[in-house]
Amino acid sequence: MKRKTKWANIYLIVVFIILYTPIFYLMYYSFNSGGTMHHFEGFTLEWYEEVFHDTRLFIIVLNTLVISLLSAAISTILGIFGALAIYYVKKRQMKNMLLTLNNVLIVSPDVIIGASFLILFTIVGIKLGFTSVLLSHIAFSVPIVVIMVLPKLQEMSPTLIDAARDLGASPWNVLTKVILPYITPGIFAGFFMALTYSLDDFAVTFFVTGNGFSTLSVEIYSRARQGISLSINALSTLIFLFTIILVIGYYFINQRSSRPGGLGGRK
Amino acid sequence: MKSNTRNLYLIPYVLWILLFVVAPILLILYYSFFDIEGQFTLGNYKKFFTPVYLRMTLSSFWYAFLITAFSLIIAYPTAYLLTKTKHKQLWLLLIILPTWINLLLKAYAFLGIFGTFGFANSFLELIGIGRKQLLFTDFSFVFVSVYIFIPFMVLPIYNALEKLNPSLVDAARDLGASWWTTFRRVVFPLTLDGVKSGCQAVFIPALSLFMITRLIAGNRVITLGTAIEQHFLVTQDWGMGSTIAVFLIIAMAIIMVATGNRK
Repeated sequence: MKRKTKWANIYLIVVFIILYTPIFYLMYYSFNSGGTMHHFEGFTLEWYEEVFHDTRLFIIVLNTLVISLLSAAISTILGIFGALAIYYVKKRQMKNMLLTLNNVLIVSPDVIIGASFLILFTIVGIKLGFTSVLLSHIAFSVPIVVIMVLPKLQEMSPTLIDAARDLGASPWNVLTKVILPYITPGIFAGFFMALTYSLDDFAVTFFVTGNGFSTLSVEIYSRARQGISLSINALSTLIFLFTIILVIGYYFINQRSSRPGGLGGRK
Repeated sequence: MKSNTRNLYLIPYVLWILLFVVAPILLILYYSFFDIEGQFTLGNYKKFFTPVYLRMTLSSFWYAFLITAFSLIIAYPTAYLLTKTKHKQLWLLLIILPTWINLLLKAYAFLGIFGTFGFANSFLELIGIGRKQLLFTDFSFVFVSVYIFIPFMVLPIYNALEKLNPSLVDAARDLGASWWTTFRRVVFPLTLDGVKSGCQAVFIPALSLFMITRLIAGNRVITLGTAIEQHFLVTQDWGMGSTIAVFLIIAMAIIMVATGNRK
């Protein structure tokens, strides 16, 4: 029995090593003065300096942040509308149809989303660039927000709404004073997911970005295609740190939002 | 009164569905009937059934199958062992964390690891096999893809295993089933839903990844995704690209139905 657990631990450790080796490999060589990813010559911060002095890269990072924050905010609003719409639809068939259509963009491969949006924007006459990237990020984030908000709505007791109406609340009051406060954790989770999807997206952006405009992942792709340059390593170390901060933030939002939720249940 | 508020919520949402879900699919279908000069034609479909494209489709499915199979083989024991560890949530978080790092950066890391003087080759030399060409081969493509997809396979299987009632396993053992029989007759069938959704989460993207084939496999591996990207962004033959996309959508629908959970 003891032997078995030993092998089990070894297996898990090997899987974790494989999962993390590439990430630490990247970070390790970001300090290499040799300029390659195989022979460590000496410690240097010159690649980080290069990243921080690269104004083009700075603008791209800004673009990426603006796109992801804007698209997450707008898709959260649309997604709340979507979740409410699905929640209020009473006919089962209609509900299922809406849910299926909602999930189409979640399961579709990125290439198909990208290609079809490219056709769409060209036909409608939207110039490829900031607007097209923003619109497509909003488009593929909406269903994710709906998926995160809808369960919260469904677990809310309908008597809450009835009670508010009985006590004379207008529909607007019901929405802002009863429903929205209840589903706030779902809204935050949805916003956060939309943000990370947008930050992480490469394929869709690659299709609809056109010439002048670029986001971070498209930039990384075009640099990586030209071969190894250690400024990408430095950049990825910075992104990794940023990601960890985001994860910790997400963890705390989850922790905090689950506590008031539990209290609300007890009442 | 109530029906009024209901309709108001539906307006922006249905508008979004029409514009960004229904319209794009119809447009893909529409474009698949036009050739590069904008003439109506069925030629794209005829071309798809020539050996060149059929072989590409087949090899794309073969690679996707290999990637899914290897991820499953590695991920199932991982998920199983994870449920037995002490700090489950922490370990699970550590499995998920790499998925938050941009896929391109992970692929880029392998450019270094699999390079001629990279870590993998030094290791091969150390154990006496000697340097090999690793980058730009189908091996590296499958390896990197499996690496990227493992967490997506572990997660649904882990959830299914967590839901499994442990007393069922105890009962099977009490009734004299061996460890292997218990696994084959009790644990695996009960976690089949997790396995299915894991396979779905891996197989469909594996058909369509084009950035990994471009970065890691050079032009040795062409998947359906690579072909679509090629037609849309390089040769500008949107008709043919849309035709391949139509078949990819059909394949996707079939996979969804085949692995769908009946509730």
